[in-house]
Amino acid sequence: MSENVVVVDARGSFCPGPLMELISKIKSVPVGTEIHVLSTDKGSAKDIPAWIKKVGHEYLGTEEKEGYWVIKVKKTK
Amino acid sequence: MATHVVIAGGGTAGSIIANLLARGLHREIQNGEVIIKVIDKEEKHMYQPALLYVVFDRFREDEMFKDMRDLLNPSIIFIHDEIEEFDFNANVVRTKSGKNVEYDYLVIATGSNPRADLIEGLNEHGDIFYTLEGAKKLREKLRKFEGGRVVVSVAAPHKCPVAPLEITFMLDEYFRAKGIRDKVELHYTYPIGRVHALEAVANWAVPEFEKRDIKYETLFNMEKVEGKDGSGVIHSMEGFEKEFDLLIAIPPHKGTDALINSGIQDGWVPTDRHLLKAEGHENVYVCGDTTNLPISKAGSTAHFEADVVAENLIAEIKEGHPARDYDGKVMCFIETGFSSATYVWFNYTTPPDPVPPSKMIHWLKLGYNRVYWLTARGIL
Repeated sequence: MSENVVVVDARGSFCPGPLMELISKIKSVPVGTEIHVLSTDKGSAKDIPAWIKKVGHEYLGTEEKEGYWVIKVKKTK
Repeated sequence: MATHVVIAGGGTAGSIIANLLARGLHREIQNGEVIIKVIDKEEKHMYQPALLYVVFDRFREDEMFKDMRDLLNPSIIFIHDEIEEFDFNANVVRTKSGKNVEYDYLVIATGSNPRADLIEGLNEHGDIFYTLEGAKKLREKLRKFEGGRVVVSVAAPHKCPVAPLEITFMLDEYFRAKGIRDKVELHYTYPIGRVHALEAVANWAVPEFEKRDIKYETLFNMEKVEGKDGSGVIHSMEGFEKEFDLLIAIPPHKGTDALINSGIQDGWVPTDRHLLKAEGHENVYVCGDTTNLPISKAGSTAHFEADVVAENLIAEIKEGHPARDYDGKVMCFIETGFSSATYVWFNYTTPPDPVPPSKMIHWLKLGYNRVYWLTARGIL
């Protein structure tokens, strides 16, 4: 994993939830940082790309692991 | 040599832990084997959930504070000072007045702070009820408010995740009681794709919003606020705008500056989700809002975590090992107006399932507002 990857482990989070965790984190990392959100909530695999598209960051893809998803995002602005 | 336990912060988490330790370790404290210290910059402990009621004139200021020295067991040493820095290598907490408070065990319970300054123009044009000063200012504005567009706008991350919904429902009832609801457009914005973080709460709230003619917008994150003569416009990160005549904002929060100064990003301490120890520091526990855990920053979270931290510290000091894990438990009352409420509870593995709102739950909440002091004393 490269040095400028930040992992947000939101597994088991009902409140505030994975997207809220991502929104909180993305404000405090430098442009260019890749953020990997770990989520056990299937809905986040749809919600997070939708928000990323709306705000204009880069969605890098979603990987399904055993019992959770890794949603990858790059901060672009 | 005595074992020194230092608790940074005398809020909900810090007070509960200190008082539980004083009881669980009373023999060791009497014998001089254990010394417990609490450091806080405030001399009075505030019951923060009362702020919501202050806005509507339903809680008196002198009922929401207790002197820290009265709240803490007399065997606890209270240090009234502001923490400047945590030196985790030297096991020392440095204070603004120049004290070096050494510890064998540290509990970080320094909470979170609303930071309106992180959004351009928000301090100048928004009202924030998460502080006493802000709640009182909003109360005065509401008294004079005769109509227009009121926007409740929520930023992330923030503490007390249900307060924005509660104030919105209360505003609806307040304006109806004042006879001006038809002159008020009530709007609510939320950062993610539904009206509340908890899906079950969001599903319940949407028909309530529609029934009460409360407009809502999701995927809306405040980026900048512009205003003139009380009115203004919010610009969102998503590229949208929303005009207002009164903006009630829940600003983004950060941890304490002392942690940020000590190299902890945003002041959220990386924490083991079960043991509640700071990652990489065997003798440091973290409790309440200041953890980086993906759970609600709320008094009830602090309460349930504090029970685990206190029990583990007592077991470590007496027997050399922690005793149990935190399971992520959170329980929140949700006021749905001035005469009904519901509640949710959940943990890391069990999703919430709110019950239908009732008067009984509202009365329980009002009762809890008065017996909170038993919680802070480690009794309830």
